[in-house]
Amino acid sequence: MKVRILVSFKNSVLDPQGQTVKNALLTLGYGFVKDVRQGKVFELDLEGIDEAEARRLIPEIADKVLANPIIEKFSWDIMP
Amino acid sequence: MRFGVVVFPGSNCDSDTLHALRDVLNQDAVFLWHKDHDLKGVDCVVLPGGFAHGDYLRSGAIAKFSPLMREVGEHAARGGLVLGICNGFQVLLELGLLPGAMLRNKNLKFLCRFVTLRVENERTVFTNRARKGQVLRIPIAHFDGNYYAPPKVLDDVERNSQVVLRYADEQGRLTEEANVNGSMRSIAGLVNKAGNVMGLMPHPERAAEALLGGTDGRVILESVIRGRAS
Repeated sequence: MKVRILVSFKNSVLDPQGQTVKNALLTLGYGFVKDVRQGKVFELDLEGIDEAEARRLIPEIADKVLANPIIEKFSWDIMP
Repeated sequence: MRFGVVVFPGSNCDSDTLHALRDVLNQDAVFLWHKDHDLKGVDCVVLPGGFAHGDYLRSGAIAKFSPLMREVGEHAARGGLVLGICNGFQVLLELGLLPGAMLRNKNLKFLCRFVTLRVENERTVFTNRARKGQVLRIPIAHFDGNYYAPPKVLDDVERNSQVVLRYADEQGRLTEEANVNGSMRSIAGLVNKAGNVMGLMPHPERAAEALLGGTDGRVILESVIRGRAS
């Protein structure tokens, strides 16, 4: 079972890297880009665990380790 | 006064810190390996600068799970002194021993230079040799020093006088230019509510000898030494 976890800054937190990417896109003429938020993707390969257990433990892993809840939020999916 | 400098894989200011404490300030100082569970009876734990565990994931994020951090947390809870310098400050934030988090510097550059800092609270164990409003010249060297905390937390730390150092110009004025990394409220160093845990981004151990460009860092280190004695 593979899980993909996306970690990004909370909306209330300034993301200077995303801002820099946005400015680059605007400079290149992609004027329709209103905002860019940069984040991190984690792909976890799991074994020896059923889906219900994974659904319980993945948010725990994300909250405890992968994201810093003070500045970041996360979302996740089981990959097809 | 017995100091313990924690060594993580990727620490790179551990020897400088030990040198400043032992050779310059004549204190008893030992290294503490991050995988041990032994604080070796130290009075003050120092988390040094560097890139613990390569700073992978986030600065300080993996270091918080190092075995010795359990003892460091217990030491802090007992009122023992903990000083986190640069990467050590980031580890203290990740551990939750200090409030807030670090973001990348506002200009997205690694900053390695002397800065000037204004002492906001001279009554802590880490600043008792400073005067309120005194300007200290101490170097920084970091990528992620842009201090962030939610507004409510910022108000709390201000109300409790937990902000110890702010980035300021040479006259001690808070300006946008002097706030080199974009930290909220220009925060460069703060203590916990109990006052026994301090984190700061500047490196006092790099400003402990005139030969190396300045001695203002000794104000912090000598405060800790005197704080214990007084």
